[in-house]
Amino acid sequence: MTQPLVAIRSVSKNFGEFQALNHVSLDVWAGEVLCLIGASGSGKTTLLRCINQLTQVDSGGIWLDGELLGVREEGGRLHRLTERHIARQRLKTGMVFQRFNLFPHRTALENITEGPVQVQRRSREDAREEAMELLARVGLAAKADAYPSQLSGGQQQRVAIARALAMKPMLMLFDEPTSALDPELVGEVLTVMKELARSGMTMMVVTHELGFAREVADTVVYMDHGAIVESGPAAEVLGKPREVRTQSFLSAVI
Amino acid sequence: MRAAPTLAGGFPDISEMTVARQVHWQRWLAAAAILVVLAAIGRAFVNGQIEWTYVSRFLTAKVILEGITNTMVMAVLAMALGIVLGVVVAIMRLSSNPVLASVAAGYTWLFRGTPLILQLLLWFNLALVFPTIGIPGLWSARAVDVMTPFLSALLGLGINQGAYTSEVMRAGMLSVDVGQYEAAQAIGMGRLRALRRIILPQAMRVVIPPLGNEFIGMVKATSLASVIQYPEVLHNAENIYYANSRVIELLIVAGSWYLLVVSILTPLQMLLERRFARGTLQITR
Ligand SMILES: Nc1ncnc2c1ncn2[C@@H]1O[C@H](COP(=O)(O)OP(=O)(O)OP(=O)(O)O)[C@@H](O)[C@H]1O
Ligand SMILES: [Mg+2]
Repeated sequence: MTQPLVAIRSVSKNFGEFQALNHVSLDVWAGEVLCLIGASGSGKTTLLRCINQLTQVDSGGIWLDGELLGVREEGGRLHRLTERHIARQRLKTGMVFQRFNLFPHRTALENITEGPVQVQRRSREDAREEAMELLARVGLAAKADAYPSQLSGGQQQRVAIARALAMKPMLMLFDEPTSALDPELVGEVLTVMKELARSGMTMMVVTHELGFAREVADTVVYMDHGAIVESGPAAEVLGKPREVRTQSFLSAVI
Repeated sequence: MRAAPTLAGGFPDISEMTVARQVHWQRWLAAAAILVVLAAIGRAFVNGQIEWTYVSRFLTAKVILEGITNTMVMAVLAMALGIVLGVVVAIMRLSSNPVLASVAAGYTWLFRGTPLILQLLLWFNLALVFPTIGIPGLWSARAVDVMTPFLSALLGLGINQGAYTSEVMRAGMLSVDVGQYEAAQAIGMGRLRALRRIILPQAMRVVIPPLGNEFIGMVKATSLASVIQYPEVLHNAENIYYANSRVIELLIVAGSWYLLVVSILTPLQMLLERRFARGTLQITR
């Protein structure tokens, strides 16, 4: 493979006066597991949201699978894509939110089949069958007919992962998937994510679970004040960070 | 903290005692007083100038039954129109398109800002402004023929209701967490599909109680259509008492029908609420 799956080039994003992303550039290769770490407010969530186009970048560009996201270049200028087109681009990414965001009026199974049936127009039976396989994969086959309010946080997050996987994305984005969970429920979600990583899925994970990063990540990226301070193989960035800011962040969280 | 080896004395043991029943003598007194007042009012009506035989005779008279049927037909259709308009206008108001948002705001301003009876009269008398209406070249008709009492009442009541319903709907949609919208987008849904599949069903739970209220208001508001000759129950009752002068009797007949209909609506609302409470904790088994 000669081209990264995700190429982020000089992406900036301001919220009013505040610069949330400052000329961020990054490559993510197919099959890579990349963990984003950094202090609160350093722009990790914003970066993921830009890749999923829940937030629009101000300048710079993100290419996913060779396709420029959100805009089209023509005559030396950029033109915003239609909402329809953007929705289609979003299908290549799956997003797992910190607060799960399951649909409360749908059962676990219906949460998973909603996208395949409504968006991808797949048959209800196929979607159900696949959803059951996904539920089994995240260890929740018995909870297919439970509503989110009847599930624990860890179970909800595993359903949310299955819901994202049901769209068969090329890239999975995780925004602190375990930080809203009680400590004893973190493990079951991380187990599912490890299995996913082993299966070869390309993943970008914002996390404070450095143990997970050390074990699963190929690459660790440390962000501060909207910029990438240091990135490299997990063992290097976590084991012997070169930058002073990374060192002080790591010594503070451990 | 250390556990105390012995507890301090001086506190009597009340663990075996039961709590005595309280006598709410004020409640009994109030209830008795209300019964006396009700009895007095009832007596006044029984002995007053009311021919109760007329009430019972006209309660099921054909004209009255037709009237209440027309009332319900109009209430249901106008409310349906109001809800459709309300949803559309609420979506327009929440849209990022400033043109749509201001059109929606203007609509709400206009139809909430003028009396309903005035709007009904305007629709009914539309022929005075536009003698013929239609699509140029395709179809046209005399406005007097088109603007029947039925259509005037439907447009007047429905469009007015839409202005109120849009605010109820907007509140309902705002009550849904933005994370729901983002999750819908993340699985590739467009704006409208996310609204229809994810946001509106959750908003329904919040909007049914106020909409139930609005519908009860609508049932009674149909009586205003009597001024434009729509044959709803009050209009028909009036026509009868113009002929036989039993004014109070027929007003009681109409009033009883409104009360009956509204009493039936309340349990229906409960059923609807339960239907849309899907997934909330109340119905977990
Ligand atoms: N919609 C928004 N409007 C205004 N400011 C925002 C918005 N979204 C994010 N920000 C600001 O941008 C900065 C970066 O936010 P971001 O959520 O990306 O940080 P983060 O690294 O994910 O932090 P955390 O670890 O707390 O989740 C924060 O200071 C935040 O206040
Ligand atoms: Mg964040």
